[in-house]
Amino acid sequence: MKFLKAPLLTLLILSVVGLVFDFALDAYFQLILLYALVNCLLSMSLNLVNGYTGQFSLGHAGFMAIGAYFAAYANTKWDILPPALNALEFFIYCTGAGLFAAVAGLLVGLPSLRLKGDYLAIVTLGFGEIIRVTLLNMDFLGGPRGYSNIPGFSSFLFSFIFACVWLTICFFTIWRVMHSTYGRGFLSVREDEIAAEAMGINTTRMKVRAFVLSSFFAGVAGALFAHFTKFISPSSFTFLQSVNVVIMVVLGGMGSMTGSIVAAFIITILPEALRPLQDLTGVDLRMVIYSLSLILVMILRPKGLFGDQEITAVWRKYARRNS
Amino acid sequence: MQDFIQHIINGISLGSIYALIALGYTMVYGILKMINFAHSDVYMVGAFAAYYVARFLGIENNPGFSTLITLLLFSMLSCAILGLAIERFAYRPLRKAPKLNILITAIGVSLFLEYGGQVVFGADPKVFPEVMKDFVLFNIADVELKSFDVTVLLVSLIAMLGLQFLIFKTKLGRAMRAVSANSSVASLLGVNPDRIITFTFIVGSALAGIGSVLVGMKYPKIDPLMGMMIGLKAFVAAVLGGIGNVGGAVLGALIMGLSEEMVVAYLSSTYRDALAFGILIVILIFKPAGLLGKYSVEKV
Amino acid sequence: MPDVILEARKITMQFGGLKAVDSLEFKIEKGQLAGLIGPNGAGKTTVFNMLTGVYAPTSGEVLLCGKSLAGLKPFEISHLGMTRTFQNIRLFKDLTVLDNVLIAGHQHMKYGIFDALVQTKKFVTAEQGLMDKAMDLLKIFKMDDKAHKAACSLPYGEQRKLEIVRALATDPKIILLDEPAAGMNHSETHHLMETIAKIRQQFNLTVLLIEHDMKLVMGICENIVVLDHGVKIEEGHPGKVQTSQRVIEAYLGVEEPG
Repeated sequence: MKFLKAPLLTLLILSVVGLVFDFALDAYFQLILLYALVNCLLSMSLNLVNGYTGQFSLGHAGFMAIGAYFAAYANTKWDILPPALNALEFFIYCTGAGLFAAVAGLLVGLPSLRLKGDYLAIVTLGFGEIIRVTLLNMDFLGGPRGYSNIPGFSSFLFSFIFACVWLTICFFTIWRVMHSTYGRGFLSVREDEIAAEAMGINTTRMKVRAFVLSSFFAGVAGALFAHFTKFISPSSFTFLQSVNVVIMVVLGGMGSMTGSIVAAFIITILPEALRPLQDLTGVDLRMVIYSLSLILVMILRPKGLFGDQEITAVWRKYARRNS
Repeated sequence: MQDFIQHIINGISLGSIYALIALGYTMVYGILKMINFAHSDVYMVGAFAAYYVARFLGIENNPGFSTLITLLLFSMLSCAILGLAIERFAYRPLRKAPKLNILITAIGVSLFLEYGGQVVFGADPKVFPEVMKDFVLFNIADVELKSFDVTVLLVSLIAMLGLQFLIFKTKLGRAMRAVSANSSVASLLGVNPDRIITFTFIVGSALAGIGSVLVGMKYPKIDPLMGMMIGLKAFVAAVLGGIGNVGGAVLGALIMGLSEEMVVAYLSSTYRDALAFGILIVILIFKPAGLLGKYSVEKV
Repeated sequence: MPDVILEARKITMQFGGLKAVDSLEFKIEKGQLAGLIGPNGAGKTTVFNMLTGVYAPTSGEVLLCGKSLAGLKPFEISHLGMTRTFQNIRLFKDLTVLDNVLIAGHQHMKYGIFDALVQTKKFVTAEQGLMDKAMDLLKIFKMDDKAHKAACSLPYGEQRKLEIVRALATDPKIILLDEPAAGMNHSETHHLMETIAKIRQQFNLTVLLIEHDMKLVMGICENIVVLDHGVKIEEGHPGKVQTSQRVIEAYLGVEEPG
């Protein structure tokens, strides 16, 4: 069981951090923190497709929606375990939500991943919107009114640790896949598809693998989101939500996992930090500043915060320059 | 039967509006190989420009030919300036950047215009000035030809013929085609690609300006997010026809307009917006180059 | 009758109205070092693209070890033991030299994603084995000290060599080299050709290379196919090709009768 050592250690540290937050923060910031964790899952998973495999997907919100609705439905309609094992039941539903989203990812990915660049972006955007419009028309899922009264955890600490369990699973899964022959296959697709094919890489299968794995964690993120907000509706999963995740990936640096995490926190907290500005000016300037900074990042720092390196490498470089 | 013909007329009218916007997408794509996500918001700003000009000149309740021309001109002008500014300040610094960065910048510009619009114009819908009276012009076998539809058709036809003339009969048009075919060779031959790209943005944006006045006339409620859906549909139309191909954009737009009208009339209106994406996905999967586009082989 | 490893049967490639390659036929024997030569624009790279499945021939077929390659994707052809390098270098630029070579070993890795997740013994030994093999290959080309540099940071000649190393890492039976010496100076070229001859012996390889420098090919190839305007104009051992009137005309132009 050596392979569990690092993940368990990570989880332990995160739990201690959660305990501190449980005392130090008020309920409002605790909720934002939980959203940040959901966003971390989303950005790490999208980074697998957009950053590592180089395929531009704009439909992440659709897979998130599928996971969220599955978890919401399962939690309110089914009861497979006694109340004492509630957490385990949530875990099973989250896995189910992920699997459901992964199947959707497979169905979307198989036909569309033959396309490249802009075209792929538009087709995935289209699938995302179709998923949303379909949910709007599903009465047993609430239609446009959404789905409310989704059971969640009673305490912040529980929610936090539950999210961190998934975060750890996601991080180590992607990390280990990327340090195997499959991960190198993903990278080769990003670098040069024709050369990759000539070297015996089935590029289509590689892309679909990345897409399915990514959809799985997007589905899990959706399920967590449903648990934390206790209410979801199709308008939570618009094109804008997909764009938001893309922005996190790009801001963090395409192909940097720690970058994705840092950017997810920045993007979640930035609008909240700008709230005082709104009180000051009377108009909602947050999104204006947000979009403007996006353009500026693209022009001034096109590779994102960390480029394709991890935070440790960036830190080492910084330390060397200062010594 | 009359109903059917009526729907066809409505569909063509809707399609020609899509065409005006689709042309902007297709021209920019043809020359820069990028999806100008902000194009739909340029169109939105055009509508607001017309709205404020009409109020400023006090002609918002003065329907007639002169109002139409004035609003068209002002809307085209403001769209052209905005298009120029977007190209100059957001896209030009990224000319050599990876495609993904350009795409994200375009999304950024689009969001900036939408949310900036909400701050400047206010988020709630405004009533577009009355450009002209809607009345029945002809009545052939119980099929009504209304002044709105005739105006839409005429104005867009004139605009498209003008564009056709510009691209195929003028020196500037030849330079545009040259840059679109191969920008580095064109620059060797003395064409300044930056100037041509700027010009493309101006023309494409001005067409969107025309579209915005026509839409404002037909559906007189405007808001900062109005460009989103119509922009996506126009884009789908451009892809459907073969992006980069001017004739294809018009063809695709007419197909989009007609099929949307038919779906709403004979099936259900709830799936109306999903239709555009359905068409898009089918086209891209089975004929990625679109109806009139050429599929290019990657050089190895 | 020696073993034929690669055979082209009347392969034709048509781009629109242009016939880039017209009913080309040739056979390459196992273990041979063969050359495909011809002036610029003769269609040599197009032939490579058809052989490796990048383009599907408009008509005709390619046989590898007697098996038709029709309809196979490039990666499937690579799995059958034919691989290539590219004229306009196509390395995985932003990855390290070592990663470039490791990627080529993917088809021989038999562990699943799950093995990687729980770090099974199978995963660890397979990765270690692949790593050792890659380093050995790099050593042959004296590039093992640059294993952790980014591929794009290598000088031009080294990048060409890395392409060959990467191709070798797929364990091919036959390797197609597209102008391996392009852009190299005289001594580099000489050195490269020696290495190619050496690896052919060591790995029991068949080599087909494209070159437009005639002299170079004459020195090492045993069999030469000459292409001009998409048509085969000569084939045979270097001595025969060298004295062929049609080859001389293709390279020097036809002398106008004065």
